[in-house]
Amino acid sequence: MMPLRRFRIHQPGTIAEAAEMLAHFGESGRLYAGGTELLLAMKHDVLRFEHLVDVKTVPGLAGIEANGGWLRIGGVATHRSIEISPVVRQRLPLFAEMEAKVANGRVRATGTLAGNLCFAEPHSDPATLLLALEARVRVEGRSGPRTLTIQELIPGAYQTSLASDEILTAVEIPLPKNGQRASYLKFQVHERPTLGLALVMETQDRGQAIATARVAVGCVCPFPRRSRQAESLLVGDRPQVERNLSQAAEVLADEADLIDDLEGGADYKRHLISVFLKRAFACAFPGR
Amino acid sequence: MSEGIPLFPLSFEVNGRAVELEIEPQESLAEVLRNRLNLTGTKVSCEVQVCGACTVLVDGLPVSACTFLAYEARNKKVLTIEGLAAPDGTLHPLQQAFVDESAFQCGFCTPGMILAARALLEERPLPTEEEIRASMDGNICRCTGYLPIVHAIQKAAQALRSRS
Repeated sequence: MMPLRRFRIHQPGTIAEAAEMLAHFGESGRLYAGGTELLLAMKHDVLRFEHLVDVKTVPGLAGIEANGGWLRIGGVATHRSIEISPVVRQRLPLFAEMEAKVANGRVRATGTLAGNLCFAEPHSDPATLLLALEARVRVEGRSGPRTLTIQELIPGAYQTSLASDEILTAVEIPLPKNGQRASYLKFQVHERPTLGLALVMETQDRGQAIATARVAVGCVCPFPRRSRQAESLLVGDRPQVERNLSQAAEVLADEADLIDDLEGGADYKRHLISVFLKRAFACAFPGR
Repeated sequence: MSEGIPLFPLSFEVNGRAVELEIEPQESLAEVLRNRLNLTGTKVSCEVQVCGACTVLVDGLPVSACTFLAYEARNKKVLTIEGLAAPDGTLHPLQQAFVDESAFQCGFCTPGMILAARALLEERPLPTEEEIRASMDGNICRCTGYLPIVHAIQKAAQALRSRS
């Protein structure tokens, strides 16, 4: 078996205490929640920490609730708890469906949504969908609380803009209004997806016209990306938008900083974006 | 224990038996089960939560024991493959169905497969084939071609239903 290097586990009782611990340990300490990314990296000696601060011992961070137009998911809520949450299933079923397909059941049982975002792995399903849903995150450190957009949180692959003592305490997603049509699709043949694509549209006239559109891709690029230019092509009468899908996919691919890697070349990923944008659009208007 | 890192007292239940141990914080559940409790039915393969060979159930949910810290099992109930058969040795319907359907060849993935299937059947007593495939997606077998595994789970679901 591959043993982990030795570390200590610390059990803070409050966010403030956790922030103090993280500040005190500096580079030798790290926040620990589900561990589904962190412990793998530590096992492979890519990361070494002598102190893990178990944020799960802080009470009240696992809650999921809908309030004031927002779905609020606590910082230690697991993928599984989100997947089976009645409030998520009822108020934002697309998010529950996406969560039900993150990694595998074992990862979903222990891994947290906030941890997924904070590890900023480029193949994150939630980050791509949250970007298109215009979600925000609440973070808290010694200097107090602040709120970040997904773009602000994840500026690069495996990077976040969090200070070392800051803790992501909640993910907040705007609840959909009537007329929202949205879909998230991924293409996957390996353990992690090759492409994730999220499409969120506000429609009018019973779905005959699209007033605003947001589209994001992930996995094909270092961090999830939107394209305002592609989004502008997805607004208007539905038949016109349908005719614009190929062009929008090209623009989206142009702006996404596609990378060549073991999942395929940039040209292949460009092709996938074109196929999956059309599928996502069709999924958003089922039974038409 | 060197470098003055204190041992962590761990109380948990394994296969219905109360266990109290002192562990090092970095020990995985697989290390504790295999090396300290001699429960070697839990197999370790990929080490990175991908293959599912090390699947055990913690409070009914599947986890990868290779990377799940034993620390996380405190005050919880762990079920390993050794805890599935009846005390008299009668195989659990899932185990019997895997035998009947030849749902294993080398057998290395089998404990994890059976425990993952057990978690599925607890949640969905009569899953569709599609649900079985989706749920077992995270357990890899290199021998069977998977179909006998799907058939075994369907057979076990029927057996469990007629038993209840």
